[in-house]
Amino acid sequence: MAYRTIIGGTQFAFASLKTLLAKASPERSGDILAGLAADGPLERLAAQHCLADVPLSDFADDVLEVDGDAVTDLIAAQRRPDALAPVSSLTVGQFRDWLLAPDTSGAAIADLAWGLTPEMVAAVSKIMRAQDLIAVSAKIEIVTRFRSTIGLKGRVSTRNQPNHPTDDSRGIALSALDGLLMGAGDAVIGVNPATDSLPDYIRICEVLEVIRTQLAIPTQHCCLGHVSTALAAMEQAAPVDLVFQSVAGSEKANDGFGVTLAMLDEAYEAVGKLGRAPEGANLMYFETGQGAALSAEAHHGMDQQTMEVRAYGVARRYRPLLVNTVVGFIGPEYLADGKQIIRAGLEDLFCGKMMGLPMGVDVCYTNHSYADQEDMDVLMTTLAAAGVNFLITVPGADDIMLNYQSLSFHDAMFLRETLGKPPAPEFEAWMADTGIGQPGVVLPTLDTALAQLKLPAA
Amino acid sequence: MSSPDHISRTDLAGLTQARLTLGPRGRALDTASSLRFALDHAQAREAVLSELDVPSLQQALDATGHTSRVVTSAAGARDMFIRRPDLGRLLPDADRDVLRDAGPVDVALVLGDGLSAIAVALNGVAFMDALARRLVEGGLRVGPVVLARQARVALGDKIAMALGATTVVMALGERPGLSAADSLGIYVTHQPSANTQDSGRNCISNVREAGTSIADAVRQTENLIRAMRETGLSGVTLSQSLAATAVPAGARDAPGIETKR
Repeated sequence: MAYRTIIGGTQFAFASLKTLLAKASPERSGDILAGLAADGPLERLAAQHCLADVPLSDFADDVLEVDGDAVTDLIAAQRRPDALAPVSSLTVGQFRDWLLAPDTSGAAIADLAWGLTPEMVAAVSKIMRAQDLIAVSAKIEIVTRFRSTIGLKGRVSTRNQPNHPTDDSRGIALSALDGLLMGAGDAVIGVNPATDSLPDYIRICEVLEVIRTQLAIPTQHCCLGHVSTALAAMEQAAPVDLVFQSVAGSEKANDGFGVTLAMLDEAYEAVGKLGRAPEGANLMYFETGQGAALSAEAHHGMDQQTMEVRAYGVARRYRPLLVNTVVGFIGPEYLADGKQIIRAGLEDLFCGKMMGLPMGVDVCYTNHSYADQEDMDVLMTTLAAAGVNFLITVPGADDIMLNYQSLSFHDAMFLRETLGKPPAPEFEAWMADTGIGQPGVVLPTLDTALAQLKLPAA
Repeated sequence: MSSPDHISRTDLAGLTQARLTLGPRGRALDTASSLRFALDHAQAREAVLSELDVPSLQQALDATGHTSRVVTSAAGARDMFIRRPDLGRLLPDADRDVLRDAGPVDVALVLGDGLSAIAVALNGVAFMDALARRLVEGGLRVGPVVLARQARVALGDKIAMALGATTVVMALGERPGLSAADSLGIYVTHQPSANTQDSGRNCISNVREAGTSIADAVRQTENLIRAMRETGLSGVTLSQSLAATAVPAGARDAPGIETKR
């Protein structure tokens, strides 16, 4: 069925809901690259006007229109129409107004999560300005727990990301210590391995386990290798806290990552049996990012932001501890500049929280993007205002393995001191005990801290 | 090995290039670190936005006895090239005509700007000169060196097709990091076609003064070309085949779209 509107005497028609969503998307290079973007501001606004009048219930059916797509099937199976009851008669535009209404509580919004489909959430986000996205995100509290409690209102956690180009144990440990001594790492200490070999995966887990246990840190760690490597490592009794996987919004895109829902199901079950976490803890970690499906030629004519929210449908199946979008990592052909990266970061946070996810953001960019660290300052500050669950931090904002720029460990201090956002309460207490971040306390230098660590044999 | 009793600060630099905080842990990077970061980023941006200096490259190729031809991808200009990688892989008809009478050759040699024309300016001609000599000594026809503006890796496939080449070597600037903006990447592809996938290429990366040397890169490239022409394989299948026997160092699969995931 076609969607039509008339603006200034010109009729605009959109052949399908999928087309309407794409044309209504705020401008970004990836949709232009895919040939899906509006021809200009007028067609975009026409699509947004049209979209605002579409009933939410129109999105209940298959919007991707690809037969047999496992993610579409999962979205349909997840959906609990009763959860949507408070807003099920609204249009997309009325839904936006309801979300922003002062008497709509964060709890009421959170209760909708399993009634909402990714396409409903993406639709409403497309007619929301940055301030709208911040205002609604800030209302919603999504709390997850392992050794630390993440997502409590008024707090922002950090991932300490001590990547090293050769996965050198001491190199990883040095960067991790650098961050810990500045109070970064209450969400997770998580390493992206340079290789995906099983021995390296296990060794990295062991290095991180030594750091966690010897320093008695109330946090969790993760080697962000492939889920199949994590499964093999768990079989060998490696100290695996969290199982990680990158996920995307279509079956074909997940194929590109070499992952199926069955594999994720298996890993979820396996990590639950390890018994390393308190009862009821959240045990999975996912990363996503706009453009992932398009780069795998697996977007099926759907815009990159809607595809991103479909990935959240996959993630929420596993009650994850952490989910983050790697928002500027994929490059300027998907998000061209600081403006597009900032908008996408806010969209991803909003949509993730609407889907019920403990949403974090890797505030980042590559050197071929039209962006710089000042854009990241702005995005970090707006995300903190919007109640982001966690942010990623690396030494000096420079990831020497993945060759891109993220936030720095110093930014964890900025979050605490200038923005008034402390870390998880357990980690905050650990910092108080150890004197980290306290004025006048002399902490060990990095060389001393490394020398005191008893790392496993290489 | 367990950790040593003491590690000096100079030893730390040998363990990692990470921008660690060795001095006071303040609320922000100290001024010197902050300005160094900004300078490193500015250098990376300069490299990304740099254009091939075609007259200098042609002169340098002339001086070493190589003819050259110049083409520009369908991206046309730098900004379009950065936002539209698909156009950087296409060779316009007029540019194909530039190559019409230059073939047939066995191996097409292409120097492209990629994401750092600075890398090409520093090491491109030296690499191509040394490689061309080795290939010609080995009895292969190489033809002119093609200088390609606004070029992605797959533009080399179309250039090779225009030259009637069965193997193509595309050397181009890699995406600059904060610490290095002068890395040349070498992509070797056998039987290139309009639909060649990245998995069909072999790659030697990080060719620069502080990384893989030109001599090593030339040797590895020549080995790959010989292996491809002997086995008919290219990319992942060649790597797997070589892994079963002896792998030339550095002959690994071409990376796809770089992804953290």
